[in-house]
Amino acid sequence: MKKITIDPITRLEGHGKIEIFLNDEGEVGNVYFQVPELRGFEKFCEGRPVEELPAITAKICGVCPGCHHMASGKAVDAVFGVEPPPTAKKLRELFYMAHFVHSHTAHFYALAAPDFVVGPYSPPTKRNILGVIEKVGKEIGKEVIKQRRFAQEIQALLGGHQTFVVMNIPGGVRRGLSNQERDDIVNKANGFIEFAKFTLKIFEDVVLKNNEYVDIILNGPYSLRLHSMGLVDSNNKVNFYDGKVRVVDTEGKELYKYSPGEYLDYVGEHVEPWSYLKFPFLKKIGWKGFVDGQSSGLYHATPLSRLNASDGMATPLAQKEYERMYSILGGKPVHATLAMHWARLVELLYSAERCLELASDPDITGKELRASIGPIPGEGVGIVEAQRGTLTHHYWTDEKGIVTKVNLIVGTTNNHAPICMSIKKAAEGLIKKGVEVTDGVLNMIEMAFRAYDPCFSCATHCLPGEMPIILEIREPDGQLLKRLVRD
Amino acid sequence: MEEQKPKLKMAVYWAAACGGCCVSVLDVHEQLFDVTAAADLVFWPIALDTKYEDVEKMPDKHIDLTLFNGAIRNSENEHLAKLLRKKSKLLVAYGSCSHMGGIPGLANLSSKEDILRRVFEECESVSNPDNIRPVPEYKIKEGMLEIPEFYNDVRSLSQVVDVDYFIPGCPPQTERLVEVFTAIVTGAELPAIGSVVGADTKAQCEECTRKKSENKKIKKFYRPWEIKDDGETCFLEQGVICMGPATRAGCGHRCIKGNAPCRGCYGPPPGVADPGAKMMSAIASIVDEKEPGEISRVIEDIADPAGYFYRFSMPVSLIRRKVL
Repeated sequence: MKKITIDPITRLEGHGKIEIFLNDEGEVGNVYFQVPELRGFEKFCEGRPVEELPAITAKICGVCPGCHHMASGKAVDAVFGVEPPPTAKKLRELFYMAHFVHSHTAHFYALAAPDFVVGPYSPPTKRNILGVIEKVGKEIGKEVIKQRRFAQEIQALLGGHQTFVVMNIPGGVRRGLSNQERDDIVNKANGFIEFAKFTLKIFEDVVLKNNEYVDIILNGPYSLRLHSMGLVDSNNKVNFYDGKVRVVDTEGKELYKYSPGEYLDYVGEHVEPWSYLKFPFLKKIGWKGFVDGQSSGLYHATPLSRLNASDGMATPLAQKEYERMYSILGGKPVHATLAMHWARLVELLYSAERCLELASDPDITGKELRASIGPIPGEGVGIVEAQRGTLTHHYWTDEKGIVTKVNLIVGTTNNHAPICMSIKKAAEGLIKKGVEVTDGVLNMIEMAFRAYDPCFSCATHCLPGEMPIILEIREPDGQLLKRLVRD
Repeated sequence: MEEQKPKLKMAVYWAAACGGCCVSVLDVHEQLFDVTAAADLVFWPIALDTKYEDVEKMPDKHIDLTLFNGAIRNSENEHLAKLLRKKSKLLVAYGSCSHMGGIPGLANLSSKEDILRRVFEECESVSNPDNIRPVPEYKIKEGMLEIPEFYNDVRSLSQVVDVDYFIPGCPPQTERLVEVFTAIVTGAELPAIGSVVGADTKAQCEECTRKKSENKKIKKFYRPWEIKDDGETCFLEQGVICMGPATRAGCGHRCIKGNAPCRGCYGPPPGVADPGAKMMSAIASIVDEKEPGEISRVIEDIADPAGYFYRFSMPVSLIRRKVL
């Protein structure tokens, strides 16, 4: 059995590793996506005062600290049995929209764009953010960095610091917004909308007008028929901060819609001995292994699954883009993995529009920032949509609010099994007997998991933004047959 | 000639970390173009040719500067710490986890067994009837799958290898990184080996923007949600635990600006060996009681002192870990 190792592919609460085993015919036998990192937040949060958890759990991921801070803040509210006043809720969501603008922008330009703007078959040295800038112009590169900075500045203003977020306190937020600060955010949000429209235009011009790319998206080995999960508001429109979790099946029919407190009835986690990360599945269907299709218990929790699981977007421009995407891709639901990039841009536009809506809301500069606290019920669940999937925090405390137990189901974790399967499918489609495994093949395999923006790609938001890969094909005795380096 | 000076060879590596330190590097924003003009990144798993084996092939001291973030939690972290020490002229512990163990260091309040049992067997969403746990080596029909060994203890970088400098913070302030980076690039004289750089020499309180009064005494400690913070008065004077007295300044008071008390991510100021010991004396000095018994009663109100005093520093503290 030959073994191909892609190690480290990096970040996902640590690092990641892909093992591709070839059978004696030179075809793909099996693929394992392993997460070698564990830190154990579920255990060491025990004994802490529960109000400290929004800041502590933000350290699960320094790339999406705001997501953990929000899910945690909501779980803490529930532990105390309080509902934040309207101003506090809107300030939290405003922060959260800036968080989405920052993350989705970085992902598209640093990670996704190199494959499409520069091209999947272009030389590896050009297939990075610098190559994108070269192609679209340095001015646009500067604009990307500027918009990302603006989004970070809004988070820092509301959260104390953009990474070490200290915004939430039980029943509300620690800091309000002045009129002047509000005006500044309104200006920035207007800029975000223009920038999101511009980004969709790039996607249109570069990807959609290129038949070859559209063919890769729709017909490449990048499709997985799984159920779709996403948070929706009372009108079944996409919402990132609040609502119910809706799951639709592979045909788009609603399977479940549950409140955060009910998640244990719907989601289970499977354990494998070869990865420190667990494998969530739909409990009512059960763990059926690494299989797709209507009878599978696996689901996607991604930008695309959020759109699949909803009836639309709550803002006008994003709704138009939502309709356009599904009309071009042949209706709902879409299972093409690479369409996640498009869905992410629809969400970018929504985040920008919602940012402006919230900043323009008269409540946003209100002075009532905290609800008063009564007796402590001692158990609470908080769910938000992280950029990389539905995020669940569940806490139990004693009567003083000291944590006794913690359970977490983290964004990318939802997609652990689907990522394994997407890589396998891409590898199977691309590595065949007699076909030379070239750098281009490597990149095409890599594109399968890059679409998920799994947390390791968060880190790839750094320059030059290209995930390096080394692929080794070895004989069963470990002797190196072939080594490919893509730097 | 200035422009003929070879570019700095730089590496960035994360061990048990969250990625926030890497984001802090990216948060140089538009200055990113200046950084890439002054330094060649020779190893950065998130961005470059990443194979560990290529680092192994480098001559010793090949890398001018390595920013190492993250704690030492497993066998892979330890291996890379030793490897990068050998290959680097300057090894910098970057950020709280590498500096002191950081938030992952709180795991020293439990054991490896406690963590694995909770995560893989007890968690309420887990469905694991056979009590399977991840193991370092697992044989499958196609061959062997390996993952690093999860250690019982979390350690800081300097508990594993010699460290040249420490840049504190969770994450470090980007502006301070730029200062240190500029000093190294321009060949400015650097402080003594083993120093904390990119931070101030005073305690947080000395630079804090909140109002302090002389000889203020308190009779009770509160949790942050039990008081109505006025947004202006020293947290300790309002009876809320704030790590300011036992923490080095230099972060720009970012938590204070967000109306949250300090939690000590910059580590103790110069001359303070243990932040917990320092906090105990700071607290004793503001308690408005004379009798030792009464002082104890007031101090007992503090929930989770270990978690407050050693939030970022458990592995390097006098306690180091909970004896289990």
